[in-house]
Amino acid sequence: MSARPNIDVSNLPTFAFGHRPLTWWCTWSLILIEGGMFVVIFATYFFLRTPVPDWPPGVAYPRPFWGTVNLVIILVSCLPNHWAKKAAESLDLRGVRVWLAVMIVFAFAATAVRFVEFGYLNCRWDQNAYGSIVWVSMGAHLLHLVTDVLDSIVLLALLIVGPVEGTRFTDASENALYWYFVVALWVPLYVIIYWVPRWM
Amino acid sequence: MAEEPLKRELANDEALAEEVADEHERRALEKTWGDEPGFWGWLASTNHKTVGKRFIYTAFGFFILAGILAVLMRVQLARPESTFLNPDLYNQIFTMHGTTMMFLFAVPVMEAVAVFILPLMLGARNIAFPRLNAFGYWVYLFGGIMLWVAFVMNVGPDAGWFAYVPLSGPEYGAGKRADFWAQMITFTEVSALVVATEIITTFFKLRAPGMSLNRVPIYCWSVLVMAFMVFFAMPTIAWASACLMMDRLIGTHFFNPAEGGDPLLWQHLFWFFGHPEVYIIFIPGTGFVSTILSTFSRRPIFGYTALVLSLVSTGFIGFGLWVHHMFATGLPRLGESFFTGATIMIAIPSGVQIFCWIATLWGGRPRFKSPMMFVLGFFFIFVIGGMTGVMQGAVPVDLQVHDTYFVVAHFHYVLIGGAVFPLFGAFHYWFPKVTGRMLGEKLGHLTFWVMFVGFNLTFFPMHILGLRGMPRRVYTYQPHLGWGDLNLLASAGGVLLTLGVLLFIVNALRSLRAGVLASDNPWGAATLEWATTSPPPAYNFLYPPTVDSRDTLWTQPADQPVVVGLRSDVREVLVTRTLDAEPDLKAEFPDSSIWPLLAALATTAMFIGTIFTPWAFPVGMVPIFATLTGWFWPKKRQAEERPPEEVKQKHGKRYYKLRGQES
Amino acid sequence: MPSQSALHPAGPQAGRIISLWWMMFYVTGAVFLIVMAFLVAALARRRRPYAGEAADVPDVRPEAARERRMSHVVLTGVGLTVVILFVFLIRSYVTGRALDSLHEQDHLTVKVVGHQWWWEVSYDNSTAAYTVTTANEIHIPTGRPVLFKLTSTDVIHSFWVPNLHGKMDLVPGHENVTWLKADQEGTYRGQCAEFCGHQHAHMAFTVVAEPYDKFKAWYDAQLKPAAEPVNPSQAQGRQVFLSSPCVMCHTIRGTDAGSRVGPDLTHVASRGTLAAGTLENTRGHLGGWVVDSQKIKPGNRMPPNNLEPADLQALLDYLQSLK
Repeated sequence: MSARPNIDVSNLPTFAFGHRPLTWWCTWSLILIEGGMFVVIFATYFFLRTPVPDWPPGVAYPRPFWGTVNLVIILVSCLPNHWAKKAAESLDLRGVRVWLAVMIVFAFAATAVRFVEFGYLNCRWDQNAYGSIVWVSMGAHLLHLVTDVLDSIVLLALLIVGPVEGTRFTDASENALYWYFVVALWVPLYVIIYWVPRWM
Repeated sequence: MAEEPLKRELANDEALAEEVADEHERRALEKTWGDEPGFWGWLASTNHKTVGKRFIYTAFGFFILAGILAVLMRVQLARPESTFLNPDLYNQIFTMHGTTMMFLFAVPVMEAVAVFILPLMLGARNIAFPRLNAFGYWVYLFGGIMLWVAFVMNVGPDAGWFAYVPLSGPEYGAGKRADFWAQMITFTEVSALVVATEIITTFFKLRAPGMSLNRVPIYCWSVLVMAFMVFFAMPTIAWASACLMMDRLIGTHFFNPAEGGDPLLWQHLFWFFGHPEVYIIFIPGTGFVSTILSTFSRRPIFGYTALVLSLVSTGFIGFGLWVHHMFATGLPRLGESFFTGATIMIAIPSGVQIFCWIATLWGGRPRFKSPMMFVLGFFFIFVIGGMTGVMQGAVPVDLQVHDTYFVVAHFHYVLIGGAVFPLFGAFHYWFPKVTGRMLGEKLGHLTFWVMFVGFNLTFFPMHILGLRGMPRRVYTYQPHLGWGDLNLLASAGGVLLTLGVLLFIVNALRSLRAGVLASDNPWGAATLEWATTSPPPAYNFLYPPTVDSRDTLWTQPADQPVVVGLRSDVREVLVTRTLDAEPDLKAEFPDSSIWPLLAALATTAMFIGTIFTPWAFPVGMVPIFATLTGWFWPKKRQAEERPPEEVKQKHGKRYYKLRGQES
Repeated sequence: MPSQSALHPAGPQAGRIISLWWMMFYVTGAVFLIVMAFLVAALARRRRPYAGEAADVPDVRPEAARERRMSHVVLTGVGLTVVILFVFLIRSYVTGRALDSLHEQDHLTVKVVGHQWWWEVSYDNSTAAYTVTTANEIHIPTGRPVLFKLTSTDVIHSFWVPNLHGKMDLVPGHENVTWLKADQEGTYRGQCAEFCGHQHAHMAFTVVAEPYDKFKAWYDAQLKPAAEPVNPSQAQGRQVFLSSPCVMCHTIRGTDAGSRVGPDLTHVASRGTLAAGTLENTRGHLGGWVVDSQKIKPGNRMPPNNLEPADLQALLDYLQSLK
């Protein structure tokens, strides 16, 4: 070891939760980027909406039943998600496995319902600009659902087959954070897709 | 082993024993952090210096290519009604010139320099998320190659770097030309976003102990602002180009006025990205200026806080100006006045910076080394560009000069003046750190003067041409319009400017072969990248440094503490706290890996596939997902099997303790 | 030759804009010179000897009093910048208001539709019979404001006559308006200012500003249907026109040719230029254009026409009679 005056960091922990590990910064970067994307998508929706007297133009209102079902599924999924995050942060491997698995079931259900939803939008993407923005914004959110299902499955597999490093718990915690973001996206999107045409 | 007798002999000498220990550490670190040997290892490298150098060389290559296109255009425009290029080729060429310069040179090169310099300047061993960094480079490289291959095969985009619909839309943009353009956007935006993520995380979490936020070098602040601007600007263009692709491929109607779409939507989206893009390029340029000025004025920068605040406010205001590209589209006048205000307001932070830099020179002892010359040239050119920018902020003036050569002159003054001259200054400044050899000083001065004169000869006449009615993007003009002479002058200047760039290349090649070997800190600079060898080792610092001030190498005592206790058998780095940079965690960085390259290849396949069929999107996701799984799957060797209880025991208490301290 | 320059205004709007520009030019020019003077002074000024000079030791603790003085100067500079910018902002706003204040009840309305790569021009009139349609040449009376309604049927173009006013885009799906007023009699060249594809460079037009009487005479002449052939060659030329692909795209009022894809040719011989300001309107140019316009303006929408020499001459005779 150097005889120079030094700061010995050998006893520092190798992982942590919250904003301390690098992973958190990566997750938030992703959230900012994707969130920015959705803000632009919403802005596009209203930009196209503004000059048109009838909205939706020339088609029937989207039917909100399955969208509302999905809203319930996605909101309820916050519970297993919360427990998975808590289990991760108290380094409870069993808990993380169980709640992450439950969370995947919910995310999978949301994905499946999303495919049903497309059938009740009463428009097609190539019909007019309204159809385009409705389909594409729903599709963009679907992409987030699918991605989250897939990466949660990989994470669960890692937690089961190991090796289980401390940072794996950080990953589980960050995964939960990202799911909250996917939930947070759906609420405004749900309102815009199903209710804005009726209200505005 | 040869070390044994050596060790015995020196054991009684404490200083030498220390050297032996250092040598052990050095070898261990070299083994852990070094790239694997061979071609495979070259492909798998995740070292920020290796990747950064590749990034810089590639971006410079695109700069040369786009420069050649500029020369072709100047040849065509030198005389009226020239038939050197036909309109179809000319339109592809000016589109490729703008697209390459903006997307494949300017933004990537600024990020590339940051990838190389930022971790060194902050005292880190590598950039955060090194595999992502390698991925970002590959994606950028493949996107650039795709665009240029398309161009060579005569499917180069031809609707301008701004690709206005409907000209680039399904009805008027025939063939696949606009699709290649739109997909190139996707490539470069993915690359820019991942690098921005790395920059932000590195800035906040990998600073040397002691480098609290008020001690971070200005250059690092400038790339931080750049990275945040990338965050907020790029999603917009990503969305816009996705809409364009979908309009062209699957029949959506985002921009089709016949079905409720609007061509102006494209312009809003494009310029909400496009204007900040200019600042994304310019702001790191100001970071170079601050760094070089301080070093060669032999004093700390004047007005550190004012400069940082100017950067941040430029970043914010930069998002409020996009409509000044649309003054002639018939938007409501009241809104336009607001954007006039916002546009000329940007002159305030720019003014603050200029004044602080002049004050730095005033209060310092200027040394006229070659990097400094480029910065002085920057002042002259950039201030002119700023002035013409303020003129165009005024709606009435803009209505006249918009889309004329006046604008061409203006933005080359701000972009070449504000970004390329400082960048060349930065090349001259950091060349010894990157390569270990000094650039020729005399040739450096000559490069500067030739570029400076050539630049002004090329672009100054364009101001007058614009006022005399010459529109942009015309492949020729008629003799009776009287634009011939000034165009000829501009073309002649272009020759000189080209010569200047060639001189730089000659200088660089000569120095690489036979340049004077550089010491650790040849300029006597103050920031941490000069605290290690030139070029730095794979692990950057034998013992990660700590800092005691903003200009730490100027102020720190000889016995400034270093960081010890990081493992040298795995790639362990020190994570410090966001605000005060106190040591917080030890994070293990992943090894070099081929997966980022494979993931980039899978991504490329999907992106190029979607130019031709929408099914490439779902199908292409499969290999991407597979490669990403391979990427993130931990190696057994790397992560020792530890039962969670043990993990908990070892880290749990400390974790809660530390968290308690922080709150 | 018609002028195309923002520096030589021929109307009130271009005049106001250029005077705003000159004001900004002088002020920013002065600021530039002052900044450069400070820069040169900062580089060249004499400095007190410094202990570390020889060893190149940096001055890490600059003299506090001087730093304070410099910050005063910097703050003053920033303050002046703000003041100047405010003056610019107000002056710009005032000029902008003046540009939009040309409205008059009794005005002429001209509709301009942008096409790749020519300008369709029609003079609005409540009576269809009094609507004049022409191309690439706009006549306006001097001293009277003219309202232009601008739109496009294909891509975005921009309508720009620098001697009279700044530009206004022609956007498909939108109708933009702009006002022009010419004070001086003359011919002013305009050009498309938004990149619109292949022949963006050759999408020009002329604005002919003339006293009201002359304008009225021109207008009345344009209202008439095409001149009837007065000799056999012209008659044969008309026959050639009507039996060739010409009729697929062009209108000649008074004949069966009524397609609106290309420019209206009813009074083509009265116009000064051909092919949207590309060629002077002479017999030779016209012939060359009819036979192989792709050589002159590559990529334009007009196909080549393979005509017998005699037919071509007859066609030219006819077209040249369409005054």
